[in-house]
Amino acid sequence: MTKKITPPLDDKLLEELRIGDKVLITGKIYTARDAAHKRFVETINRGGQLPIDLRGQVIYYVGPTPAKPGYVIGSAGPTTSIRMDSYMEPLLKAGLKATIGKGYRSWAVVELLKKHRAVYFIATGGAGALISKKIKSAKVVAYEDLGPEAVMELEVENFPVIVANDIYGGDIFEEGVKKYREITLPFKIERISEV
Amino acid sequence: MKIVRVEEIEEAVRRLSMNVNYFIRDEVKEAYKKSLEREVSESGKEILSQMIENVELAAREQLPICQDTGVSIIYVEMGEDVRIEGGSLYDAINKGVSRGYKEGYLRKSVVKDPLFNRVNTGDNTPAMIHVDIVPGDLFRITFMAKGTGAENMSRLAMLTPAAGVRGVKDFVLKTVAEAGPNPCPPVVVGVGIGGTFDVVGWLAKKALMREFGSRHPDPNYAKLELELLEEVNKLGVGPQGLGGRITALDVRIETAPCHIGALPVAVNLDCHAHRVGVWEK
Repeated sequence: MTKKITPPLDDKLLEELRIGDKVLITGKIYTARDAAHKRFVETINRGGQLPIDLRGQVIYYVGPTPAKPGYVIGSAGPTTSIRMDSYMEPLLKAGLKATIGKGYRSWAVVELLKKHRAVYFIATGGAGALISKKIKSAKVVAYEDLGPEAVMELEVENFPVIVANDIYGGDIFEEGVKKYREITLPFKIERISEV
Repeated sequence: MKIVRVEEIEEAVRRLSMNVNYFIRDEVKEAYKKSLEREVSESGKEILSQMIENVELAAREQLPICQDTGVSIIYVEMGEDVRIEGGSLYDAINKGVSRGYKEGYLRKSVVKDPLFNRVNTGDNTPAMIHVDIVPGDLFRITFMAKGTGAENMSRLAMLTPAAGVRGVKDFVLKTVAEAGPNPCPPVVVGVGIGGTFDVVGWLAKKALMREFGSRHPDPNYAKLELELLEEVNKLGVGPQGLGGRITALDVRIETAPCHIGALPVAVNLDCHAHRVGVWEK
């Protein structure tokens, strides 16, 4: 069954989400990737005010291509999430409730999500053209000088994601790969961690 | 003596920048379709279907397949009997990249300094340029748009000769398994074996730039490519790392002689978009 959600997200809704759930997001979400995260956390560390109120909000890890004439946005698929792992804790403390990206999170972030009751969604990596059709408007709301890394507010409609980490510590990748591994490896597989 | 004008090079690179980003190659799309037939996991099948839908949409509307339109990697094979006229080869390539990325609404993803001053150069230059001087009058440019999701998951190891075939295989398998969902599987695996520390990474990249599905001329390595493809696909990573049988679309190996005490191995991963284009004069 597909769940439909609209930010801001509350605890009750987050409690219902489990890894593997298909979710359609409609409403406003924010974009941020490496450089914007660095600025967010620098702002928090010096006691400043973030350019957006993160309480209950969703951040989409994306740096879209420029919009062609007549388009609201260019290709806009997810970027690799682990690069944002080291910035997660202060943002979760600021009230962030969900992130959208691709790839796994470090185990430290999986724990942080549990602790702060937040979820991690994945969108299909490399499907940037297809995903762009779910974005109805886009405007820069902070850090315009960062170009493709500026923070944008996106209005999305039935934006398709899958719950990859829930508030219970579940991890979709660990579960999925276990089912299909048909080879015994003479070494331990570590999750690359940036925290 | 073959003459190549810098204007021709600039134009070729400008077009390649856009074309590789909008239009999937037939053989790669064919590999998606074959993968869809072989994949058993439900999530894997769904993702492969989305990939097919995505590349069809991208081609139809001339939109980038992926928003990470990559750093531009340019490999020039230039014959000894070729003369460049009208200016500098490197400038012509960078002008082509700059124009292609601007005119094609592609993302500019290059910062001018890696550590202290990470400011976007604004036109995706400079390209990463490699030039080989070859016999004859060949002039060939291979263009690769390389996203960083897969590039960041690539690895290099200075193995010792005792590690042998098993050591090489294990390093490839470990690299792909640990990368998991991050490089946007199903991936293409480029493996460099031999040379020195500096050479082996380039061998792995060259393997990615080779024709899709082509095999190494030495039957030992051709066999190893196919064995590795089979073993990688037993890792269970699957499309987008959600579990499944299709983890890689192709494995290609490039080799070079090496020191008596060395066995360098590099694994350069590429995402499923696998954007490579060739221009020849």
